[in-house]
Amino acid sequence: MSQSHIQTSNTANRAPLYFGVMAALIIAVGVLQSWNSALFILNMGLISAIMALGVNLQWGFAGLFNVGVMGFVALGGLAVVLVSTSPVGEAWQAGGLRVLLALAIGIGAIVGAIVLWKKLAKGTLRSVIIAAWLIAGFFIFRAVFDPAVAAIEAVNPAISGNLGGLGLPVLIAWPVGGLFAAGAAWLVAKTALGLRSDYLAIATLGIAEIIIAVLKNEDWLGRGVKNVIGLPRPVPYEIDLQQSEWFIGFAQNIGADPVTASSIFVKLCYAGLFLAVIFLLITAMQLALNSPWGRMMRAIRDNEVSSEAMGKNVTGRHLQIFVLGAAICGLAGAMMTTLDGQLTPSSYQPLRFTFLVWVMVIVGGSGNNWGAVLGGLFIWFLWVEVEPIGRFVAEVVTSGMADDNIIKETILDRMVYIRPLTMGLVLLFVLRFNPRGLLPER
Amino acid sequence: MDILNALVAFANFVLVPGTAYGAQLALGALGVTLIYGILRFSNFAHGDTMAFGTMFVVLITAAMKSVGISFGPLPTALLALPFAILCTMALVLITDRTVYRFYRKVKAAPVMLVIVSMGVMFVMNGAVRMIVGTDDRRFADGERFVITARDFKTMTGLSEGLAIRTTQVITVVTAILVVAALFWFLNKTRTGKSMRAYSDNEDLALLSGINPERVVTITWLIVAALATIAGTLYGLDKSFKPFIYMQLLLPIFASAIVGGLGSPLGAIAGGFVIAFSEVTLTYAFKKVVTYLGPDGWAPDGLVQLLSTDYKFAVSFAILIIVLLFKPTGLFKGKSV
Repeated sequence: MSQSHIQTSNTANRAPLYFGVMAALIIAVGVLQSWNSALFILNMGLISAIMALGVNLQWGFAGLFNVGVMGFVALGGLAVVLVSTSPVGEAWQAGGLRVLLALAIGIGAIVGAIVLWKKLAKGTLRSVIIAAWLIAGFFIFRAVFDPAVAAIEAVNPAISGNLGGLGLPVLIAWPVGGLFAAGAAWLVAKTALGLRSDYLAIATLGIAEIIIAVLKNEDWLGRGVKNVIGLPRPVPYEIDLQQSEWFIGFAQNIGADPVTASSIFVKLCYAGLFLAVIFLLITAMQLALNSPWGRMMRAIRDNEVSSEAMGKNVTGRHLQIFVLGAAICGLAGAMMTTLDGQLTPSSYQPLRFTFLVWVMVIVGGSGNNWGAVLGGLFIWFLWVEVEPIGRFVAEVVTSGMADDNIIKETILDRMVYIRPLTMGLVLLFVLRFNPRGLLPER
Repeated sequence: MDILNALVAFANFVLVPGTAYGAQLALGALGVTLIYGILRFSNFAHGDTMAFGTMFVVLITAAMKSVGISFGPLPTALLALPFAILCTMALVLITDRTVYRFYRKVKAAPVMLVIVSMGVMFVMNGAVRMIVGTDDRRFADGERFVITARDFKTMTGLSEGLAIRTTQVITVVTAILVVAALFWFLNKTRTGKSMRAYSDNEDLALLSGINPERVVTITWLIVAALATIAGTLYGLDKSFKPFIYMQLLLPIFASAIVGGLGSPLGAIAGGFVIAFSEVTLTYAFKKVVTYLGPDGWAPDGLVQLLSTDYKFAVSFAILIIVLLFKPTGLFKGKSV
């Protein structure tokens, strides 16, 4: 009894200490490298923290194994393009409505097949009818879809070639990104949640790859691998700041170069926005965690059979929390694309956007929201900083060699891959020696 | 209407590549399924184990070539393969002893081991890239074709050619040999039987005096060999690119699950189901349809059902369909 009391008080003290260390690390980067890099780490760290919160909701609260984080993050990014860029009128005229019609046909074919499946009597006839229905639906879909897409992509391909977005403020894209991810998650959950945990994992892995494939190939949607650049921002542009009277005066007052000051100012604006989002999320999640709902979720996680016996709808609750967690990942994805100012589908790699988030959750402490945030910040910091550190060590080790020495060049060249190596080692060490993470669940 | 030419075109672009790819997936899926059957977790590090094994082959092949060893018309890589398998076995056993064994001892939940395998995946992934970089490496040498398209045309007088690459033949032959050896081992030898017993019912196997550590060790050794062979065959057929092997994880898992996790026979069937569906659905059938249609007529489009970039969608769709209608896979796998 007394021992457990000591443990909880230790844990309570640990959180401020660790966050203090984290702040010190970021400040150290500011002093030693530059404030720009420090704020870059902070901003992406905050976004990573939100992704980690999403995975923590699924894994930490409900024990659901989602390895499709990348897909939900990418959908959030797509939302930014579809909400905030201005519509391409010509493309809409060329084939906008036809594409929508084709998509409606596609959805209709699938829904129709499900209805047929439920209505018709079991037997070979049913399978034949449904197969014929789906094949016919597919060909009608392609017949409407292909020419429409060709027409849209022919409109000014060098600049647009897509339908564009709605031209709304970019902040609206953040919740929309969450909605997109939630929609995809609902589809996955509907099909795979009733099955075993491994199957859910593989299903999410698959859906993530498919979402990325869609983003890369459907040029009419988000320009595919041609990327969308120059997305609108929720914060002022550096160049405007540098030309505005008040900002130059402000920079002179604090004795800074206006160019550097403007870029730091912009990053601080982002940091403020992200902190506000994290604050809202964590408040909501802490309330949820401590509510009867949160207790029920943990009860389900710890013993599904007994919870089911107590009359809890396990699959229903799982569906709920899976969709919520994915929505948070989508929100983070939209925020990330906004921060980057561009959507580059080819930059989404599972190692970086799925498995790294998992490292964050496990290292931070699964089941603890503050742990997820800490893990997000700390692992992201490590991911960025381990390369220069490795490079520095490699340079010291190879300092005896000539600069054009092939061995030295190769070693320095490949130092970037020290990142996955370190992340793996960190994960393995934490799992072995401190499996509950930096800030364990209470 | 020209059925013969249509058949040849179909064989050239779908049948032959599909068979080779299916054999590669089947070998990969066998590794996944064995780990699942004996160690009872989905090994996310399997793709990167394949990359590691293939990397050994690439390095040893390069070393052999530099001292002038070659295998005549066959790729030198085949000579390097046994040595690479030994290296991979050592690597995998070290991983098991330093990482996985602890979790067996504390009887951790299977999902814990999946997360551990993620860590192993990260480490292997980084290590491979640090050792050989990420460049595309072609390490196939020797004779490139068994039959070239031109030879086939002159031989048969058809206008459509059928090319069979050496690597494709090697893939299929090796896969048949490996699978035959594996099934002989599992069904006929005492050790193989003890492995199957352990997979079927752990408690009963322990009671009858089977040493679990020995079973696990042998499983890892077999898996290391399978992963190296699968990775090398894939690398010979296409080329060695470390990141591709991680992408193979999805079709490999799909094959194993479609066949039924834990069932070796299912893994092979699943591999071919996935491979043929991927190749068939993403192949542009224009040529075949042109031959089959009336003379002088050709379809407007490519007659391609899905763009090749959607091949993951194919494995995924099949996976979902099988899971919905036959949750334990085609060949009754286990469900933990």
